[in-house]
Amino acid sequence: MASENGQTVSETFVIEGKEFFDAGKVSTEIKSLLKELGVKPDIIRRVAIAMYEAEMNVVMYAKHATVTVELTPKAIRIVVDDCGPGIADVGLAMQEGYSTATPEMRELGFGAGMGLPNIKRNADKFEIETTVGKGTKLEITIWIN
Amino acid sequence: MNLSDVQKLLDCEMFSGDEFLDRAVISAGAADLMSDVLAFTQAGAVLLTGLVTVQTIQTADIAELSALVFVRGKKPDKAIIGFAQEKKIPLMSTPYSMYEACGILYRAGVPPTMKSLRTIEGA
Repeated sequence: MASENGQTVSETFVIEGKEFFDAGKVSTEIKSLLKELGVKPDIIRRVAIAMYEAEMNVVMYAKHATVTVELTPKAIRIVVDDCGPGIADVGLAMQEGYSTATPEMRELGFGAGMGLPNIKRNADKFEIETTVGKGTKLEITIWIN
Repeated sequence: MNLSDVQKLLDCEMFSGDEFLDRAVISAGAADLMSDVLAFTQAGAVLLTGLVTVQTIQTADIAELSALVFVRGKKPDKAIIGFAQEKKIPLMSTPYSMYEACGILYRAGVPPTMKSLRTIEGA
């Protein structure tokens, strides 16, 4: 494991939009990767939950996204950079219960306006950059110790 | 209490994970909203739900739940059962409604996995 030597491990994944059957695949891959790298189970669970909410958002709203996971000796940093509609009002989107989801998304048990707040709840640091008509970039940091 | 006790109490039909029936049940919760499951459950909880989709299995895997109980006699299809087997998540279906199933487990002493606001705020 590179991070044991004080180095950084970095991997990139791609999430395709509208692929509902595969939704969660990248989160599962990241979970397995962190397990292999010996990260503590409670940290892995927080990363997996934040990542799964982010992945569902991409599947529900965006065309596709690139996910970069970086493990340093101090933290796990995840960047989810999507090509999608962007968020018109981030303040509103961060409120629990606010949602622009369709009935189809709600039938899957998502789209109830809990996604971004759930990501924030599991992150130690959470940043969001968005441009309407272009896309959204999330930066999620979880400290390891 | 273990999963085998839950199966008997709720008169469940098993669809996957018979080999995990001796798993200890530490807590349980009920939700149809997967974000609520992700936000408020503890690892190892049993989830009672009326939502029978691939995302339910995926959520159980991500949140590390110990088993899924589908209420009101809902049954998973082959694709969902196959996915649950792959993820090693026991699936069962109870004829009871969500309210009844929760009541039975609560009366049997299974602690809630989701803390109420009253507990959190100490009110």
